[in-house]
Amino acid sequence: MLESKIPEGPLQEKWRNYQLKSQLINPANKKRLKVIVVGSGLAGAGAAATLGEMGYEVLCFCYQDSARRAHSVAAQGGINAAKNYQHDGDSVMRMFYDTLKGGDFRSREANVFRLAELSAPLIDHYVQQGVPFAREYGGVLVNRSFGGVQVQRTFYARGQTGQQLLLAAYSQLYKMKRAKKVRMFPRHEMMDMVIIQGKAKGIIVRDLVSGQLKRFAADAVVLATGGYSRVFRLSTLAIGCNGSAIWKAHKRGAYFAAPSFTQIHPTALPQTSEAQSKLTLMSESLRNDGRIWVPKAKDDPRKANAIPEEERDYYLERRYPSFGNLAPRDIASRAAKERIDAGYGVGRLQNAVYLDFKHAIAHFGLETIQDRYGNLFKMYKKITGVDAYREPMQISPAAHFSMGGLWVDYELMTTIPGLYAIAECNFSDHGANRLGANSLLQASIDGYFILPNTINTYLADALHEDHPSTAHPEFIKVEQEVKAQIKNLLSIKGTKTVDHFHRELGKVMWQSCAMSRNHNGLKKAISEIEHIKAKFWTEVNVTGGDKEMNPELEKALRLADFLELGLLMCTDALQREESCGAHFREEFQTPEGEALRKDEMYSYVSAWEYNAGNFKLHKEPLVFEYAQPTIRSYK
Amino acid sequence: MKVVFKIWRQDSQKHQGGFERYPIEGLTEDMSFLEALDHLNERLVLQNQKTIAYEYDCREGICGQCGIFINGRAHGPHNNITTCQLHMRSFQDGETIVVEPWRATAFPVIKDLVVDRSALDRIIEKGGYISAKTGTAAESNAILIPKDIADKAMDAAACIGCGACVATCKNASAALFTSAKINHLNNLPQGKPEAAQRVLQMTKQMQLENFGNCTFTGACEVECPENISIINIAEMNARRAKAKWLGR
Ligand SMILES: Cc1cc2nc3c(=O)[nH]c(=O)nc-3n(C[C@H](O)[C@H](O)[C@H](O)COP(=O)(O)OP(=O)(O)OC[C@H]3O[C@@H](n4cnc5c(N)ncnc54)[C@H](O)[C@@H]3O)c2cc1C
Ligand code: SF4
Ligand code: FES
Repeated sequence: MLESKIPEGPLQEKWRNYQLKSQLINPANKKRLKVIVVGSGLAGAGAAATLGEMGYEVLCFCYQDSARRAHSVAAQGGINAAKNYQHDGDSVMRMFYDTLKGGDFRSREANVFRLAELSAPLIDHYVQQGVPFAREYGGVLVNRSFGGVQVQRTFYARGQTGQQLLLAAYSQLYKMKRAKKVRMFPRHEMMDMVIIQGKAKGIIVRDLVSGQLKRFAADAVVLATGGYSRVFRLSTLAIGCNGSAIWKAHKRGAYFAAPSFTQIHPTALPQTSEAQSKLTLMSESLRNDGRIWVPKAKDDPRKANAIPEEERDYYLERRYPSFGNLAPRDIASRAAKERIDAGYGVGRLQNAVYLDFKHAIAHFGLETIQDRYGNLFKMYKKITGVDAYREPMQISPAAHFSMGGLWVDYELMTTIPGLYAIAECNFSDHGANRLGANSLLQASIDGYFILPNTINTYLADALHEDHPSTAHPEFIKVEQEVKAQIKNLLSIKGTKTVDHFHRELGKVMWQSCAMSRNHNGLKKAISEIEHIKAKFWTEVNVTGGDKEMNPELEKALRLADFLELGLLMCTDALQREESCGAHFREEFQTPEGEALRKDEMYSYVSAWEYNAGNFKLHKEPLVFEYAQPTIRSYK
Repeated sequence: MKVVFKIWRQDSQKHQGGFERYPIEGLTEDMSFLEALDHLNERLVLQNQKTIAYEYDCREGICGQCGIFINGRAHGPHNNITTCQLHMRSFQDGETIVVEPWRATAFPVIKDLVVDRSALDRIIEKGGYISAKTGTAAESNAILIPKDIADKAMDAAACIGCGACVATCKNASAALFTSAKINHLNNLPQGKPEAAQRVLQMTKQMQLENFGNCTFTGACEVECPENISIINIAEMNARRAKAKWLGR
């Protein structure tokens, strides 16, 4: 039975009620409790610093050489908060509704409300920590609007919001490191979980410099390991982003919710070669002034500028006259895919669409456009060598964000007692589609505000239990298993590279489990992934040893987990016979080609149990008391 | 496209390092420099050889983890970009490209092109933050911050901590990096209460970590991917003098 632990009382009172009833631990006792935080991105760094301030002994891990490099750093656009500084009618209630609707009514009301409720104090918190948010001349904070909403509630720091928030969290983390309340372990990757008598008691990590395996025990474990969209290989994520920590937790008993809900971002740079390792995101803000089109004729060989107006198909404006080029991400991505698949794609690999500023430049003048997007045009030129003031940009959809993740209750605890999952690696607030600028928010409040409150309830009991020791047989057993897996990988000595298999997996996932999915495609994908997995375990070659820095081995270990995670994602997408948000099943669409939700049958969160690889579905019914599910229309 | 990579190989801090030559074909101009190295690594695996270790994560110029000395320049032939933003079209077909790690006493080599930059974190640890606990903040707009001050703080705050400034400096000074953080925080009203402590402790740590002294050659700002200006160093020095003599 999935117990979501939603507190009683009206929506507006739930979080307060929760806090009133939650247990407190006196400072002297907190010192005796140890918490492991895996990940030091926005969520992990915020959590570790705050837990340290509260008096717990904290151990924090990340795979990069410093906490400052976590992929939160790459967020450009901004962070939402219901401050109503613009006096445009924003409120917590409106933000709650926008988020719930944006997620196509596949998230828990109480969680979403709390997200909106804690957004305003979060901005105060960041200002206090020294985040240089954009200001008006008079000194007050500036806002802008973002996709899918009609108010201006997005706060930003130039095009580097994620960087500035992360640096604030990182600086607080190192402040607590100096205070000796947090021990920081950079270049350490979590390899597995240790569960003792049903409770999370520690982790096994690999020191990425020496290659040594190490055991760490604690009274509770928090995972804050970010998104897993690198399962597609090509994505807007960092190369090291992985699903390994949550996958290992899943295999040890934590349920995995909505694994297949993946956001595909419409405005990334297209893939240009097989060797490509990453797709760079171009900010969504470009869609405010750029017009998206493809030629009306298939395989049109002409250059963009040589194609006259009447031979261009502005397909978003055609299909969604009221939102046009600003249609939400899932819709814009799907529409691009539709045109590309139909043979109208542009670019050398015919896998892109045009984003054209010709009209905007004619209308507003070059200077205005330079002022608005100068840095983005510069970045475009750096990467492609093309001047987008003269010819249209080529853009293409790319895997971007994982709505899915470990199932958590209102306290952000997984189905394993003592194991928490926060931010992008959990499934909680975004439902089937995330609104822009809401995930920096979720990462921050999970780490700073929610977890440091809810974890006390569990730790208050843990106080009376034995503190776990790394000498416990379970630690030894799990470490042996990790060692065996590594040895196994190194001994295959096949004829193919890790990247070869990752490319294969990525192709299957992109073809069958991305923007649009269907029964047959998913069935086929599952058998193809099984095949790739089998080949991987017999034909991969991982050179170098285990007792040294070995990036090839790191990649192989991450890919081994992605291969299994890919299977679960396809299984999940296959099971959900409806379309909702980013999950578009071709069999379930309206005559106009829009997503067809089936609330009577699928108004639940899918939470999968590993069950020795025979994934077993559990359902958490979604109850809507305050917002009635409606059809999401952007026509 | 084909090139010859002349790459520094070093097994660990304890081992001696040296250059090895790797001729490689099958590259394209729109490959990034790191993708060309990936390509080389895949070839090495197929020949059963150990891959070359180098650093990266975001591959979009913001995490600061990449950093290679290429043909004698930090982050390669262009000004103000990161290694991951460099593309093969910046090189000639058939060219020999010399590839080395960052070199500085404070950045020991871990393996091949990977160095240990934790000294930069330790400088931050000595005051690159505002001491305020979670839960104690006042309403944001209660303290107004003029746009020019916020912009100036943001200019400095943009530093990605890559260490190119150190790598390119003949003195291996970390002055640009340190001054960027100090000026980010000391310009803001929230950073003022700890301003003097911050500048004194962070600059002291800079010396303890064996970074050299800044002699204002200006080499750093040419390579800095975030265009951090050396004016920041002058400002830091002024702040330091003030903190030393006036205690604020
Ligand atoms: C290009 C891009 C732009 C974005 N723009 C926006 C935006 O404008 N607004 C917005 O709200 N959201 C945006 N997002 C989404 C948002 O940035 C992320 O969802 C959020 O930052 C995730 O934070 P996190 O703390 O969960 O994970 P991360 O910041 O990714 O941190 C993960 C941490 O876990 C560690 N880790 C991972 N695996 C392991 C392991 N096995 N062992 C040990 N440590 C591990 C990593 O080292 C890292 O410290 C964007 C995302 C991308 C990719
Ligand atoms: S100042 Fe510039 S070069 Fe130096 S670490 Fe920061 S971003 Fe890199
Ligand atoms: S890889 Fe992140 S800045 Fe180059």
